[in-house]
Amino acid sequence: MTNSIAEIKNNDTIFVIGSNTTETHPVIGAFIKQAVKKGAKLIVADPREIELSRFADVHLQLKPGTNIALINGMMNVIIENKLYDEEYINKNCENFEELARLVKNYPPERSAEICGVDKDLIIKAALIYANSPNAGIYYTMGVTQHSTGTHAVMSLSNLALLCGNIGKENAGINPLRGQNNVQGASDMGATPADLTGYQKIFHRESLEKFERAWSTKLSDRVGATITEMFKLIEEEKIKFLYIMGENPVVSDPDTNHVISALKKVDFLIVQDIFFTETCEYADLVLPAVSFAQKDGTFTNTERRVQRVRKAVKENGLAKPDWQIIMEIMNTLGYEKKYTEPKEIMKEISSLTPQYSGINYEKIDANGIQWPCKDKDDTGTKFLHKDKISRGKGLFMPVEYVKSRETPDDEYPFILTTGRILYHYHTRTMTGREEGLNEIAGSSYIEINDETANRLSIQNGDKVRVKSRRGEIITRAKVVNTIDRDVLFMPFHFTDGQANYLTNTFVDEIAKIPELKVSAVSIEKLKEEDHV
Amino acid sequence: MKTVKLTIDNKEIEVDSSLTVIQAAELAGIDIPKLCYDERLDIFGACRMCIVEIEGNRKLQTACSTKVREGMVVHTKTDRVIEARKDILGLLLDNHPNDCLICEKAGSCLLQDYAYEYGVKFRTHSGKTRDPYIDDTNPFYIYDAQKCILCGLCVRVCSRLQVTGAIDFVNRGFDTIIGTPFNDGLINSNCVSCGNCVSACPTGALMPKSKEKFRAWEVKKVKTTCAFCGVGCQINLLVKDDKVVGVEPVKDAVNEGLLCVKGKFSFNFINHPDRLNTPLLKEDGVFKEISWDRAYEIIKEKVDKYMEENGPDSFAGLSSARCTNEENYLFQKLFRAVLKTNNIDHCARL
Repeated sequence: MTNSIAEIKNNDTIFVIGSNTTETHPVIGAFIKQAVKKGAKLIVADPREIELSRFADVHLQLKPGTNIALINGMMNVIIENKLYDEEYINKNCENFEELARLVKNYPPERSAEICGVDKDLIIKAALIYANSPNAGIYYTMGVTQHSTGTHAVMSLSNLALLCGNIGKENAGINPLRGQNNVQGASDMGATPADLTGYQKIFHRESLEKFERAWSTKLSDRVGATITEMFKLIEEEKIKFLYIMGENPVVSDPDTNHVISALKKVDFLIVQDIFFTETCEYADLVLPAVSFAQKDGTFTNTERRVQRVRKAVKENGLAKPDWQIIMEIMNTLGYEKKYTEPKEIMKEISSLTPQYSGINYEKIDANGIQWPCKDKDDTGTKFLHKDKISRGKGLFMPVEYVKSRETPDDEYPFILTTGRILYHYHTRTMTGREEGLNEIAGSSYIEINDETANRLSIQNGDKVRVKSRRGEIITRAKVVNTIDRDVLFMPFHFTDGQANYLTNTFVDEIAKIPELKVSAVSIEKLKEEDHV
Repeated sequence: MKTVKLTIDNKEIEVDSSLTVIQAAELAGIDIPKLCYDERLDIFGACRMCIVEIEGNRKLQTACSTKVREGMVVHTKTDRVIEARKDILGLLLDNHPNDCLICEKAGSCLLQDYAYEYGVKFRTHSGKTRDPYIDDTNPFYIYDAQKCILCGLCVRVCSRLQVTGAIDFVNRGFDTIIGTPFNDGLINSNCVSCGNCVSACPTGALMPKSKEKFRAWEVKKVKTTCAFCGVGCQINLLVKDDKVVGVEPVKDAVNEGLLCVKGKFSFNFINHPDRLNTPLLKEDGVFKEISWDRAYEIIKEKVDKYMEENGPDSFAGLSSARCTNEENYLFQKLFRAVLKTNNIDHCARL
């Protein structure tokens, strides 16, 4: 997030796009609702009617995969009506003319047609956003999990810059991060091209800094992403795969493909707190302790580095992940030892500009939001305050491009996937909570009531859903909150697992799979097929 | 900021003129008892426990709803105030089951604390008491109307902070309880089981359905960060006998005392019998328990083999957005510094 969670309640307008916030980030969802009760305007863009739509001034129920057309349409209205922040743009931005030229081709009529929403709603949303002194954008995977995900984020950033909402309190562009420490894992360099703090592996200076600190030579060749790893396994180039605290057999797209890669790799280590679906394919399973049994830090969605504290002892022979990794390093001849995570943080802050002022004493009470440059720095509430980080905010005009897989005669529906309130990711933890299973215990697919009627599907019926990758059996949940040609499935469940259907087309820039759009067919399960 | 000077219990203080007496007292380090007050909510003034004597006022005033004024002189513990609080507590206890001996809230119950502080006992009386009413339809928590003092905190937390509005006052007068529209069970309402009402309840009226028996003085509280989504809510884990038995939200934090159903109630995985307790090696398709030493030996054999035969880029690692910063840092360091490859990624994209 460019801005902070505490600022949400002071936004004049909140634009939520591709985020079912009250289910995926429930406490932030509550703050958004509080803001609306206090008088904030709310724009929701989502293919489903979600809880927040009921609080919204405008709900743009767009077709999955058309975010860019929508945002371009909104910017068209804003530019045509001269509602943009000219002074801000002149001072802080570049490439405005290019943006204006591109979005000229997206009059609301055209965007409305592409998105399948009323053009007046696009105009209304644009006017609300542009006329608000402080408008914050909040988005999640509904924006990013598309083959054009990065472009959609650029598009949102264009919109925010256009109205001067970056570098301003109570506004900004705010991705809500899904996992507890997905922000931290990225900050820590757990990605193929970046060292900690997004220092590039291919920048000589950064690499040399780490070589000096770690007293060893490093490779400057960018590594493989998850999806590329699976491909390299098939090509027999990757032989050894070590998975820590992930369950790709359930979470990753195209389950059949994932399983075949995991079966194929020569040696697979899986380190987790439970014997997950992925452990089945491991050669070696290492037992780790849970968050309640170790010390450390997580970095939340607003860049706040907060303490994790040990509350109960390790179970059995299980160890904290950091200790396991350290012992493996030591076994392999790398001598460095740490007696507690605090020492690791010391090393992190010595190498990471954004974390350089962070230590356990300082974050003890309330955490600290990075960047935190030195010992006197109390952290950063919102980014780009005095000036945009790269110097000038660059408008990156982007065209709308169709999703990679669109419905056809054989697979006439768009399947979109997501989370529900009552479960977390692959249910390794929440699946063991009886109460949660009592409320939401098995897989289902949301289908529009008219479509269901046409296909003689009734609420609770078993249905077969097929895509080009696989097929599953699940139960129909007949709703009137989704378009006639769209289906929705939570991806948490293994009985009728959505990711057997999803595709592995990725966004070429961020390598995010297009989980939000797959073409599928659906039919009522015949009596004799019942299993 | 306009400030005013006032005196509370002979202590002179200068505070922001927009404050209430209860807030000013808190700044002065003076604790005024209260049952329906929550600094996150607007003033309700239902419980009357916060009554104080203000010089120049004939009647006792509720400190939660009275704004500070220049020159105000407030007394929070006069005999008159104490007697009035005793009367209030007496009335509340008349309708409260005499079961503190077995109530799990004992020790963290404000009603009990105040009864102790003010020396008020349960009275035996032949008057009418409220009918028993229990709603245990929700899998995570239970509502017991007889223990409810109708302070309305739960209703206001649900409607103002959680903004779900699942519960409200139901019925009238003596029969008033907290319930859902048509009162057909919490589970059949739009309740999202966040448990924020449970966390706010000052008595044993709204209680988690605990698997373990524990009372406040038996647990150690450990403040930590919730491990589900990216909001980073701050929680206290309640630990008894090396087991996490409950979770409470931290108020002075990013989550402002709120949690969701997962953060509040989904902690039983921590001490779950299914947890992995030992390294496992697959031999002929079957997993066998091995020691850590053996596990590290095998890793070394494999690393040496692939390093020699296939080189550094035959290694790849998937780090975890569920693990700590320190662990993610070490994981990429293992791959980069020891295995000499940048084939390292995590699930940021999922």
